[in-house]
Amino acid sequence: MIRSDVLKTLIPIISDQLVVSNIGLPSQELHLLDDQPTNFYMLGTMGLSSSIGLGLALAQKAKVIAIDGDGSVLTNFGTLPTIANNPADNFILLIIDNGSYGSTGDQPTYAGMKTSLSKVAEACGCDNVVECSADDTAAAVKAALDGDKMTIIVSKCESGNIKVPVIDMDAPVIRHRFMTEVSRRNA
Amino acid sequence: MSINQKIVNDFVKNKIKFVTTVPCKQLAGVIDEIEASKDIYHIPSNKEDEGMGLCAGAYMGGKRSAIIMQNTAIGVTINTLVTLIQYYNIPLPMLISYRGEIGEPVACQVEMAVHTKALLDQLNIPTYHFHTKSDADELDAILNHSFMAKKPVAILTDASFWQGA
Ligand SMILES: Cc1ncc(C[n+]2csc(CCOP(=O)(O)OP(=O)(O)O)c2C)c(N)n1
Ligand SMILES: [Mg+2]
Repeated sequence: MIRSDVLKTLIPIISDQLVVSNIGLPSQELHLLDDQPTNFYMLGTMGLSSSIGLGLALAQKAKVIAIDGDGSVLTNFGTLPTIANNPADNFILLIIDNGSYGSTGDQPTYAGMKTSLSKVAEACGCDNVVECSADDTAAAVKAALDGDKMTIIVSKCESGNIKVPVIDMDAPVIRHRFMTEVSRRNA
Repeated sequence: MSINQKIVNDFVKNKIKFVTTVPCKQLAGVIDEIEASKDIYHIPSNKEDEGMGLCAGAYMGGKRSAIIMQNTAIGVTINTLVTLIQYYNIPLPMLISYRGEIGEPVACQVEMAVHTKALLDQLNIPTYHFHTKSDADELDAILNHSFMAKKPVAILTDASFWQGA
């Protein structure tokens, strides 16, 4: 299974949840599969999906799923200690670890070599770290949503991309639509 | 009232409830005051671009946010300022220690100081330079301006400002 297959299995579970999704193909795929006002699409800024997700989770009550990539977590490793030390039990960080910089042509990352992101997350002090296969990812996300405990999920899947169009929505429109939904859920 | 208390009071008055910081010697007192404030959630970040991500998330969650950092951090946050904060119209007051100005003991700090205003200018970021204590009288209005305009603003605080404070 590649990232887009994993996302497909997640749709029934995350469709109605607040989702922050990573730059490039992850956002484009989510947008194509299931565009929702509950989705915040990052159009740039590699690395900050987990940070935006944590800030959002700490600021309000609804559950938040940040979909991140292995390459993006590697570029913003400082996020893991911040997450560990500022736990938000409404926060789930889902790292789609395809072992590559998928959006730029699947150049290999160190996460696909000797570096284990789940072990790094544990070493940074994160309490509930789950590493799972692509097939088990939907069940892991479902369990985390049912769980009320901050959870980091590292989903190991294959490299590879499907053809998807870019997102045509303007950034302030994405944000405004998303914020309206966030405030509705916290009313 | 100390200048640090005044700054935090203005933050609270402007309903800022979420503040991220990366330390600078000049900012030690105001960071202590942020940590002590019961109205503000203080979340230290490891790098300033990470901090801006946290602030963007908190803002979208309904909490006004701000970042406190050193001017050297302009170098590591340009991409985030442009592609996240400005692109999505997110307000972000940045209280910045302006190291490398007159009175600076560390020569290396001057290297970034000479680029600081030019970079902020190039980014079209409204910039306010606090040089004497009374300059801080405008802080309340500057914070309000950032949230009204949904733009980042830079408040540069130099060594003279902190000495006179
Ligand atoms: C600072 C910076 N460097 C490089 C890029 C180019 N870039 C965009 S997405 C991406 C790959 C991200 O990889 P990963 O987080 O693993 O996500 P994947 O596409 O594999 O799901 C890269 C390198 C960028 N956007 N910003
Ligand atoms: Mg990847």
